[in-house]
Amino acid sequence: MSAQDELRRVAFRRRKRVNTVALTLSLAAMAFGLFWLFWILWETLRLGWSGLTWSALSQMTPSPNEAGGIANAIYGSVLMVGLATFVGTPIGIMAGIYLAEYDPKGWLAEVTRFVNDILLSAPSIVIGLFVYAVVVAKFKSFSGWAGVMALALIVIPVVIRTTENMLQLVPAAMREAAYALGTPKRKVILLITLRAARAGVVTGVLLAVARISGETAPLLFTALNNQFWTSSLSEPMASLPVTIFKFAMSPYENWQQLAWAGVLLITITVLALNILARVLTRHKS
Amino acid sequence: MQTDPATLVDPKSKITVRNLNFFYGKFHALKGIDLDIPHNRVTAFIGPSGCGKSTLLRVFNRMFELYPEQRAEGEVLLDGENLLTSKQDVALLRAKVGMVFQKPTPFPMSIFDNIAFGIKLFEKLSSADMEDRVEWALRKAALWDEVKDKLRQSGSSLSGGQQQRLCIARGIAIKPEVILLDEPCSALDPISTAKIEELIVELKQDYTVVIVTHNMQQAARCSDYTAYMYLGDLIEFGSTEQLFFKPNRKETEDYITGRFG
Repeated sequence: MSAQDELRRVAFRRRKRVNTVALTLSLAAMAFGLFWLFWILWETLRLGWSGLTWSALSQMTPSPNEAGGIANAIYGSVLMVGLATFVGTPIGIMAGIYLAEYDPKGWLAEVTRFVNDILLSAPSIVIGLFVYAVVVAKFKSFSGWAGVMALALIVIPVVIRTTENMLQLVPAAMREAAYALGTPKRKVILLITLRAARAGVVTGVLLAVARISGETAPLLFTALNNQFWTSSLSEPMASLPVTIFKFAMSPYENWQQLAWAGVLLITITVLALNILARVLTRHKS
Repeated sequence: MQTDPATLVDPKSKITVRNLNFFYGKFHALKGIDLDIPHNRVTAFIGPSGCGKSTLLRVFNRMFELYPEQRAEGEVLLDGENLLTSKQDVALLRAKVGMVFQKPTPFPMSIFDNIAFGIKLFEKLSSADMEDRVEWALRKAALWDEVKDKLRQSGSSLSGGQQQRLCIARGIAIKPEVILLDEPCSALDPISTAKIEELIVELKQDYTVVIVTHNMQQAARCSDYTAYMYLGDLIEFGSTEQLFFKPNRKETEDYITGRFG
């Protein structure tokens, strides 16, 4: 073989070695990440499964060492998360529409995006304290409404960001085709662009819900907690994250068991929401 | 090649362009265009990339207004009225002057709803009338037989050629007077292209058709009149037969014979 051939062979062998090393490192990194994830899931399942009994789901939070459940916490979480999503989603979607479709380069849009990015990465405890100062201290009571407000302030930036991004992905050609038929702007946005982006927008909302389902800090200063059942949002309200916080830190066996059951419940919910979000976006192709 | 007797008679002008100048920001894209688009004929715009043919087409339905840095100056008379300065709602203009784009873009809805969408903007039809109109539009676009059993399926489930015919049907359904086609076949295979070219020749019976194409042979096949453009200027305009066989200008001849492209 010629000298040229020999050089090529040497270079190729070296490339192969480098490739193998890189591939091994990548796989190892992935395995490392997955290992922790599976360990967390496994521990959660192991410790929480036995606590997820019918009584846990139907009875209220007990005193230490008494039988009980986390029903009021579940109810409070569902109610506050639901309302926060109900309030935050339309605001977020409309702002996202403004940013993507009306004057995207204008000064108002730039300012909005900037402020939104700050809110998006604001620590949730800061948001909780803000609502405390503005609502709780003012009305001199913790309440479910304050909790809803804090959670909504977390939902809105997430929905704005995903809505804007999903709308931007809709090709300009589709909008032009709608305009070419004589469609007025608001109908192009609502009936064509938003519709084309709907899977992505819904995913954004689902991910926002998944996020606030587990938020504890904002609820600590707003809804606080409640040992008893309440359906009134003007009173302190129990929620899963805060109840878990209280029970897990305690020395009481039954409380700890219920805390794990709560953790498992939240984990299952978040997992289900993420899977649903994937299913919705996969379906398009 | 179009040699049917109808084209020998000089048709009246549907769109009259006088001293049209167009700017992308500071860039002078169309320079003093004077042109008459004949009624109920197929007119083709040809020329190398960047010559301004699509730009000119998009003036006819004021598509450029979607982009703030683009502006047009001059006169573009549609049936005598200057569409650039008309106080009329631009949506009504676009209902009269329809456009089909290079890339087929079915809306994210069923085939039926795709067609019905445009109709619902301007007319209130009973569901029976709507079904009739949708069928009529799909038949005109030579698509009915292929989709009649799957009207409720998504528009994107069709092949590329079918999607483009869907877009044509969508444009026809609102009964425009002018149909603008911006390189409608460049994304399609030869068989779909042939079907659409047949369609274009048929459409001129009822509509004024303007087609932009980078494919000279296509222009020679389907059009009655051809305009050759180069770098923003209208070099020559005439009947297709005359332009391709005996062009008046040397620049036209150079382009036609492939001396440059």
